Amino acid sequence: MAETVFAPWDDPNETPLITFQNVTKRFGDFVAIDDLTLDIFEREFFALLGPSGCGKTTMMRMLAGFENPTEGAISLAGKDIAGVPPNKRAVNMMFQSYALFPHLTVWDNIAFGLKRDNLSKDAVATRVEEMLKLTRLQKFARRKPHQISGGQRQRVALARSLAKAPKLLLLDEPLGALDKKLRQDTQFELMDIQEKTGTTFVIVTHDQEEAMTVASRVAVMDEGRIIQVATPERIYEGPNSVYVADFIGDVNILSGTAKPFGREMYQVDWGGGTLATAASAKPFSDGQSCHLAIRPEKISITADRPEADNAVQGKVLDIAYLGNLSTYYVELPTGQTIKAQTANTRRISRRTFTWEDPVWVSWTATAGVLLDS
Amino acid sequence: MRRALLISVPYFWLLVLFLVPFAMVFKISLSDSVLAIPPYAPTMKEGIWALLTQLDFENFTFLTTDDLYWKAYLSSVRIAAISTVLTLAVGYPVAYAMARAPEEWRATLMMLVILPFWTSFLIRVYAWIGILSTEGFLNQFLFGIGLISEPLTILNTPTAVYIGIVYTYVPFMILPIYAALERLDGSLIEAAEDLGCSRLQAFWLVTIPLSKNGIIAGCFLVFIPALGEFVIPSLLGGSSTLMIGKVLFEEFFSNRDWPVASAVAVILLLILIVPIILFQRNEQKQAEADQ
Repeated sequence: MAETVFAPWDDPNETPLITFQNVTKRFGDFVAIDDLTLDIFEREFFALLGPSGCGKTTMMRMLAGFENPTEGAISLAGKDIAGVPPNKRAVNMMFQSYALFPHLTVWDNIAFGLKRDNLSKDAVATRVEEMLKLTRLQKFARRKPHQISGGQRQRVALARSLAKAPKLLLLDEPLGALDKKLRQDTQFELMDIQEKTGTTFVIVTHDQEEAMTVASRVAVMDEGRIIQVATPERIYEGPNSVYVADFIGDVNILSGTAKPFGREMYQVDWGGGTLATAASAKPFSDGQSCHLAIRPEKISITADRPEADNAVQGKVLDIAYLGNLSTYYVELPTGQTIKAQTANTRRISRRTFTWEDPVWVSWTATAGVLLDS
Repeated sequence: MRRALLISVPYFWLLVLFLVPFAMVFKISLSDSVLAIPPYAPTMKEGIWALLTQLDFENFTFLTTDDLYWKAYLSSVRIAAISTVLTLAVGYPVAYAMARAPEEWRATLMMLVILPFWTSFLIRVYAWIGILSTEGFLNQFLFGIGLISEPLTILNTPTAVYIGIVYTYVPFMILPIYAALERLDGSLIEAAEDLGCSRLQAFWLVTIPLSKNGIIAGCFLVFIPALGEFVIPSLLGGSSTLMIGKVLFEEFFSNRDWPVASAVAVILLLILIVPIILFQRNEQKQAEADQ
């Protein structure tokens, strides 16, 4: 039995939990957020992805209540939250530095928010124990933050921000301080906890892999604007601009002019020997300048001319060996370089190609995405 | 060997500049007052044995018979304690404002706090006489704006002593508190607010506990010198303010009773040792916590 796909953003009957309506935020002359409109739905794991200074942290701070929008409105569960101070919002935040109180034990850190709600002692204790169990911290309850490891501190910060069962949890670069291995484990833990608690998570990150792994939808931001909002697959397979294609993962960009060629098919004159064939649902006029974006793993590399929609000959300029994968940098007669990625299914000693080998790179008409300038 | 040499330097310092003078004062406190130079007996001229046999605790017994002394000690402790609280009340907001000031201002603000030390302490206390006296600047100013019709009597009252002590020692309160507050991570306050604290609660539950060590250090740095303070009460407090520093001065210079004065000094030191030990322990705990 197939599960129903979680996609409230495609359902016109769903009301979003959070709405940004034409939000602009200025700091003096600097425009941090530029006329931004966005809906985030309940139970979503929403990632704000972008380079530093793109405004993602400002968006998060506006949700937490530390900043107010200069123009526009932000609403949470249908209510405008402008001017509501942070302590009156059903929103909690996990800080990048974790911001654990150094003078309190792990237990007291987690209980801190609960005690502010005038709960009974027993209710606080029950909830804290629950959180300690969820984050597997029972053994460290009596320790101070400086007596535990970075990964444990991260879990305390998460437990503390989840303890009040907020409608919305904000995570500011939550895994930035962890090493790669721990980060990967923690990503799955985060997803697991998000699913268990059913809380809406908004995560800010500059790590695209992290965003792709954890998020139900990713918003790619640049200079205070959202460039694209979509599921990780859609962002990766169907970027809407050269910026997104380039920001997420590795990509070959062939720039040239489009020429319609059959139904939803185009030929791209990119300056190579032959025209490239590409499918695109988006219409292009004859002679319109365009960019063909092709992911390296969708390009095959062969010794003989293959039967493919697009094939170009070149020679191997460089090989980047990543263990499981190898990226071949193939130089074309025009001087352009194309990256082709293959899985290393054989041992390295039996590698087919080496430096300076003449090879053919090829891809299908549907492998790439045709983007306008 | 080198380590022993290095460690011996502070111990030597302590021996020469603290223990030896203390031993001398202690010896005088056990002697008898005489009309001679020096004004006490016995001295080393009579030989070690004669000297040791003639020492007694007479002066310490005398201190308990006259209620002037214990009243002076008590009054000093009270004045020093109240001054410490007042200094904290003045110093904490200043330190807080300095720590919250824009980065580029902080060095200047710090300079302004230290600046009064460039003028002689004595001159600064004298200046307060000019401000606080009946015809002083303060009364003239209050007259000028029509707030009072009768001049206020501040000089030669305990109030003047409190003003003098707070004014003189407030930098010692500001600096350690500022050091503690400046290190405070601003995101901790935001985290407290995010978890449901009002501004005031966040201050009480996060800022105060995290600047506790600075507060304790500042309080000791004010309390300890204020307890033995002599110049401020004698210049600003007049005859109505009883402080042990003044009693000590009078015993030495007016009565020329060095043995009794020394006994007073020894007791004062014993009173001071308790807060000094507490202070040291606080410093040590802080050093351990920082590791």
